[in-house]
Amino acid sequence: MTAELVRGQNHALSQVRLTVRIAAGVPVVAGAALGDENGTVPGPQWVAHPGAPALPGVEVSRRAAADHRLALDLAALPETAHRVDVFLALPSAGPLGFGAVPAPHTTVEGADGTELACYTLTGLDAETAVIALELYRRQGAWKVRAMGQGYAGGLPALLADHGLRDAGDLAAAVQEAAARSLGRPVQAPSEASASQDAAAPASSAPGAPASSVPGAAGPTLSYDPQRPSLHDGGNPYDVQVPAPAPQPQDAAGPVDYTHPRRRHSTPPPPPPSAAPADGRPAQPVAGDAVGWSMEERLYNQVWGMFEDLARTTAAYRSAVDFADTRLEKELDQALADPRGRLGASADAAREAAHARRTQLVDQARAALDRDLAQLTAESEVVEPALPPAYAGWDSPVWHGYRVPEQAPMALRLGDLHLPEDPSLRIPMLVRLPLERGLWMDSGASAALGDSFPDSAEPRHLAMEAAVAVAARLLAAHPVGEFSVHVVDPAGAGARALVPLTGAGVLAAPPATGAAGVTEVLERLTRRVDLAHMAVRGGAAASLPDDVDTAQQLLIVNDFPHGFDDRAVTRLRYLADEGPAVGVHLLMVADREDAEAFGPLLDPLWRSLMRLTPVSDDHLADPWVGHAWTYEPSLVPVGSQILQQVLAEVARARTKRE
Amino acid sequence: MSVNLTKGQAISLEKKDGATLTAVRMGLGWQAAKRRGLFGSRTREIDLDASAVLFAEKTPVDVVFFRHLVSDDGSVRHTGDNLVGGIGQGGDDEAILVDLQRVPVHIDQIVFTVNSFTGQTFQEVENAFCRLVDETNGQELARYTLAGGGEYTAQIMAKVHRAGSGWTMTALGAPANGRTFQDLMPAILPHL
Repeated sequence: MTAELVRGQNHALSQVRLTVRIAAGVPVVAGAALGDENGTVPGPQWVAHPGAPALPGVEVSRRAAADHRLALDLAALPETAHRVDVFLALPSAGPLGFGAVPAPHTTVEGADGTELACYTLTGLDAETAVIALELYRRQGAWKVRAMGQGYAGGLPALLADHGLRDAGDLAAAVQEAAARSLGRPVQAPSEASASQDAAAPASSAPGAPASSVPGAAGPTLSYDPQRPSLHDGGNPYDVQVPAPAPQPQDAAGPVDYTHPRRRHSTPPPPPPSAAPADGRPAQPVAGDAVGWSMEERLYNQVWGMFEDLARTTAAYRSAVDFADTRLEKELDQALADPRGRLGASADAAREAAHARRTQLVDQARAALDRDLAQLTAESEVVEPALPPAYAGWDSPVWHGYRVPEQAPMALRLGDLHLPEDPSLRIPMLVRLPLERGLWMDSGASAALGDSFPDSAEPRHLAMEAAVAVAARLLAAHPVGEFSVHVVDPAGAGARALVPLTGAGVLAAPPATGAAGVTEVLERLTRRVDLAHMAVRGGAAASLPDDVDTAQQLLIVNDFPHGFDDRAVTRLRYLADEGPAVGVHLLMVADREDAEAFGPLLDPLWRSLMRLTPVSDDHLADPWVGHAWTYEPSLVPVGSQILQQVLAEVARARTKRE
Repeated sequence: MSVNLTKGQAISLEKKDGATLTAVRMGLGWQAAKRRGLFGSRTREIDLDASAVLFAEKTPVDVVFFRHLVSDDGSVRHTGDNLVGGIGQGGDDEAILVDLQRVPVHIDQIVFTVNSFTGQTFQEVENAFCRLVDETNGQELARYTLAGGGEYTAQIMAKVHRAGSGWTMTALGAPANGRTFQDLMPAILPHL
């Protein structure tokens, strides 16, 4: 029975040979410090860390990793060691604090693999180092205590707190060793255990011979249930082969029933959750929502924030409305009596009415501010944790962009905010595959006003915003699963299209002229028609070879320029029938240009999701229907990130071919 | 009509340790109509509905019922419409959850009602009850047995209202007639 510990709780340990597993979600450095009866660490040689991974009775990983297994043999510890503090630290080039990463989860396992205790380190914020667990000797028996003691000063502060004099130097050495090992080719990326370390140069720590003789008798350190034993008659060099990934229990037979691509055959690990402390609102944690994966949790969390902001604002607006109505009524009453209209009593009544209004509005504002502060804090931890498809273009995750193996469940199309707090932006995430086409409005909307006397400028902005959306869709999909076509009849969008054309990620050069429009539309219409037929006939696999099964995005610039009636009909067909079989529209258009069609095109415009190249409040939430200000997700001025990401997409394509 | 809390009795929703009540749940349960005859599906179902009306100084501001399951501010939530009832053994078939800490500042009273949408009087409904529960510890604060309660199709059950910094609950238990909460508004107003 696993004891799920809360911070400060302790638990008696029934075994002395233990494995401490750490799942952090992001690479962290793990180490252990041995302390005497007072908790003081006598010197740096008593700290196990990536640079000195093995001490008597303790062995830690050589590198920063998202998952760690620390081997502990409490019976083999020096007599004078009474405490073992398991600590975690973020790599020096890593995230800014544990608040910005998923809450690390620690598990203490016995020699037979049974879980004895587990503890999730919640409530951390700017701390970059934390004591996760403390194992301590109490009257001859060992216990474990959930610590969760974070240090905003990082590893140096943590080590100094243990009485180490040269804490700064040691911390630097730890980080350096972890960073060095990161650059090394690694065979088993996460479960670095003694089996790999066996072939490495002997550890500098004395008294740890067992680490170089895996599986030897005696007080061994390199206990690891996953490691293949040398005594099975196997080749000793097999030790170098990374241990196979642990299989789920139910897949142990000769037939593997797990779905090769379905990742979640077992229930997901529990989401990191923030336990409320002392009645105060809990520290927000990224991924604090339900879901089968971190991605789904973040998606649900963002939508939860969206709903919370909509509702708390509704409460505020309703209260202010009520206060205003009441004020009006009371003023009317004060005026209703003609005798008292000019007297002092009328003044007093008016003042009282105003004071009552102010008091209620202040109360409502206080409640709103409390909620806004909580949501802002949540937004601050959630934004850095978002994967590329959810993140803004200014997010650092784009710098480490790699083409994904699997399409994300949603895509960020921009930000939403309300006038009550323009600084609190909620990512606008829409589910993939898109259910409706998109329409980037290049018309002179109310928000654009008269600031652009020249109509070419808003059109260019709209095209740029559309290119950012198309690039994001391309980057979010695995190689070969998404292709983009462009119809640009007059070539007016050529300048904005440069990132796409320059990187060579379009399916074909932008189609120009009426003939080009017709050709592209015809091809996509055929694709939709065939796919529908195949789906209806239950023969999705029997499509002709020349039909691209990838999802398609058609960018249409300058509609209806270059479109005849027939082409317009085709476009409407694509808008209606395309999304179900993976053909999507992205129109960059000004509705006024198509006025000649009269109301005939209204259903087309209504079927598209309208986006704007500049902020505009035209989107309503599904709960209370506030008008939200939409801001497109644009690449920061002067940033080359779009080019870098598209170059990576192009590189992955050539690699595959 | 058995009332475990006497009509009009007010109880403060403060707990023994001084902490105030933060969440209440109104539960409503009844037994589904018995199947009769060859065409069992033709049996007339019994549909009772729980509603909560939010008032700011006697002005209705918002209502939570089967067509509007969450109050705009999100503090009051209906778990969903049950059209047929349950097995009649005491479980809630419909519930309304109120997060008192999140109720907007101008809302000072919340009135809970029960209506028979399909028109049967409480005399015809078996094992029907409604109750208020302290959601934090599951303790029942008030319970009314509706079944056999006379020729009425609705009941104004209870109200929770602000008192000082916390909330107080008053049992109303007033019978009334009506299909939805709208029909009850004239009957509710005297209780505010």
